[in-house]
Amino acid sequence: MGGNKRIFLATVAAALLGAGTVAATAGEVDNYSPVTQQRLENPEPGNWLLYRRTYDGHGFSPLKQINVDNVKSLEPVWTFSTGVGEGHEAPPMVNNGIMYVATPYGQVLALNAKTGDLIWRYKHKLPEDLFQLHPTSRGVAMWGDKLFLAATDDHLIAIDAKTGKEVWNTKVQDYQKGQYMTLEPLVVNGKVMVGGSGGEFGVRGYVAAFDADSGKELWRTYTIPAPGEPGSNTWQGDAWKTGGGSVWITGTYDPKRNIAYWGVGNAAPWPGDQHPGDNLFTSSVIALNPDTGKMVGYHQYHQNDSWDWDEIDSPMLIKMNHNGQPFDGLVHPGRDGYLWVLKQDDQGIHFVSGKPFVGQNAFKGLDESGRPIVDPEHKPTTGKNVSFCPSLWGGKDWPAAAYNPDTKLLYIPANNNMCESLEGKKQKLVVGQIWLGADADNAKLLPQKQHIGELQAWDPETGKQAWMHPFQGSQLFGSVLTTAGDLVFVGGTNDRMFRAFNGKTGELLWQQKTNSGIMGMPVAYEVDGTEYVAIQSGWGVDAQRIQDMLAKTDMKVNPDVPQGGVVWVFAVKH
Amino acid sequence: MTTEKTCCCSATINNATPPAIDSARRRLLQAGAAVAVGLMPIAARAESDDPKRMMRPQPGDFLIRAEGDQEGSLITAAEMKIGDPPVIAWAIDPATKLPRDGSRLNQVLLMRFDPAALGPRTKPHAADGIVAYSAICTHAQCTVTGWITDRQVLHCPCHQSEYDPRHNAKVVGGPAPRQLAALPLKISDGKPQVAGGFIGKVGMVQQTM
Repeated sequence: MGGNKRIFLATVAAALLGAGTVAATAGEVDNYSPVTQQRLENPEPGNWLLYRRTYDGHGFSPLKQINVDNVKSLEPVWTFSTGVGEGHEAPPMVNNGIMYVATPYGQVLALNAKTGDLIWRYKHKLPEDLFQLHPTSRGVAMWGDKLFLAATDDHLIAIDAKTGKEVWNTKVQDYQKGQYMTLEPLVVNGKVMVGGSGGEFGVRGYVAAFDADSGKELWRTYTIPAPGEPGSNTWQGDAWKTGGGSVWITGTYDPKRNIAYWGVGNAAPWPGDQHPGDNLFTSSVIALNPDTGKMVGYHQYHQNDSWDWDEIDSPMLIKMNHNGQPFDGLVHPGRDGYLWVLKQDDQGIHFVSGKPFVGQNAFKGLDESGRPIVDPEHKPTTGKNVSFCPSLWGGKDWPAAAYNPDTKLLYIPANNNMCESLEGKKQKLVVGQIWLGADADNAKLLPQKQHIGELQAWDPETGKQAWMHPFQGSQLFGSVLTTAGDLVFVGGTNDRMFRAFNGKTGELLWQQKTNSGIMGMPVAYEVDGTEYVAIQSGWGVDAQRIQDMLAKTDMKVNPDVPQGGVVWVFAVKH
Repeated sequence: MTTEKTCCCSATINNATPPAIDSARRRLLQAGAAVAVGLMPIAARAESDDPKRMMRPQPGDFLIRAEGDQEGSLITAAEMKIGDPPVIAWAIDPATKLPRDGSRLNQVLLMRFDPAALGPRTKPHAADGIVAYSAICTHAQCTVTGWITDRQVLHCPCHQSEYDPRHNAKVVGGPAPRQLAALPLKISDGKPQVAGGFIGKVGMVQQTM
């Protein structure tokens, strides 16, 4: 390991100025390790090359130098201030000793993963009139010697991983129409796939692929069918044109079947009576052939969404058993509060099981096909104030769960005891203006409940909860990492803590207060024989929205969680 | 599984043509103006790329409605009623008849209050109780479209920032770091007219290193 770098120091200028010290102002990575399909399918244990490290979306690291026995000795090794505020949600990506960190406002940092030294900094110039409902980035993807950034002005940008120079820049859609991107792209065989955000602005969602070398668009598959296309009979009138179905979290990929799975967002606007029908393929998982974009299967978790429940997280691919028979499982802890287990076989995607993992009153249950039996008393509609649980942020929003193949447990960053009331109203769509069809942020806490956030451990095969850790006085809005050291790492709380738990028992083993609240994605990596755990601390976006809302409830939390991003890296002191 | 679901399981949806959903604000504005009776005619589309459209509201500009059934119509003082929700507006150059709609950062919020209810920092910029502010939220630059009637505050639907338009649009809730930029007005021929440029920065301060 050990990524070598050559720093071009501003020594001459500094000497002439008599500054006495020099600083690295620009640099370059030597001996960069190109990212290949083989490496993505079989990543080295010490690297983090994909959004969840592996295509199956597990968020699992096989490293175990840091483990349940020594994690109490975990200490900060280095930190790096990103220089910007808002929500820092991206995983620090690591390729043979070089760390690539995406931050809000179109910035990418290349850092020495061992020392924290800055190698280069890329800054995408965002347009002056850009409005950002979600000012964040969920990471850069890797292929060859390039990185790929999906920016909030709806441009896909290829960056030279060695120099930080822009290689190509492709406009995907028009930010002035409310179309934007925040996700980390998914790369398969040189095709860079992205999806579009903007469900709150009345867009029509899609997944599109671009050539990694040229930036040329190869295909685009809309998540909402046009008239005459399969599924179009689930829409009425022109509602399909503005029906949402955005795609804003990285897909998972099954190399064996060559299928990329993407989660699809809610239908727009929020109240379902304003877009009658099942509204395929909103609140669904869709299965695409990454070579062509052809849809080869889907499962709609719930129909005619009325709760703002994007089912945006793509399913984790887990080898499972059902009634003694092995199968390829697709596991999705849903924003609708149900833990969904599906099966992929050569015939398509099939429902296996679904059960609530938080308090859920919108569904009375599921029928044999897995279709929710909706309680109309808890389904928002136009002109009537309706309450429902969980809240619009759901049982689990976009922050990723993790699966540990050793403990065989699924770790869910859940939110419970928080409900919502919405009254739908007719709103004319004005291009570029938010279009919800309701007033947002009317969340209510259930009486006598002192916690919202819950780190839950589930056995997806048995459908039983193994353990649960509640977070008093806080939501849980951060992604989960699990490791072969039987550990589970998560931030996500308003007390700015980063925590490690025993993955088998749920015992809290270690915690560290950081500069800001953490809504980022932890990773584990190795350089020169030392295992590190890295996380971005930087509060904002929806974690802050929930915080503002909680401040108005009996929980009376302080809305002021400090902002400002810092990369933290930890190791066990020897 | 439903029949529809079975039928769609192996559907192909690639290469569909995106729908034309853009309301083409500018064209609508011109169309709306063309049918407006007795109102100031707006310049023809051939001039739509005029850089003056990008300019922030200028002293002497009048104001036209930016959306709704009366989109493009000139705003008069008489139609601005005390207590009504805010009107989203563009400034329009009376000489060239060009609306300054080339940037969303030029959007203006217009409302009317009892002059006695206006604070000391707002009164000097108001005209017969009519006040105007930038419609761009200082937090993340969404358009401030909400109005909370009982509290008489402006509301940004993106992240719940709130502003008090009677008191210089100061922040009274949510994450916005500072007040909306104010736009001084006067009354001319029964119409609110821009009396000076925006006071304060429009929108957010871009984060830089």
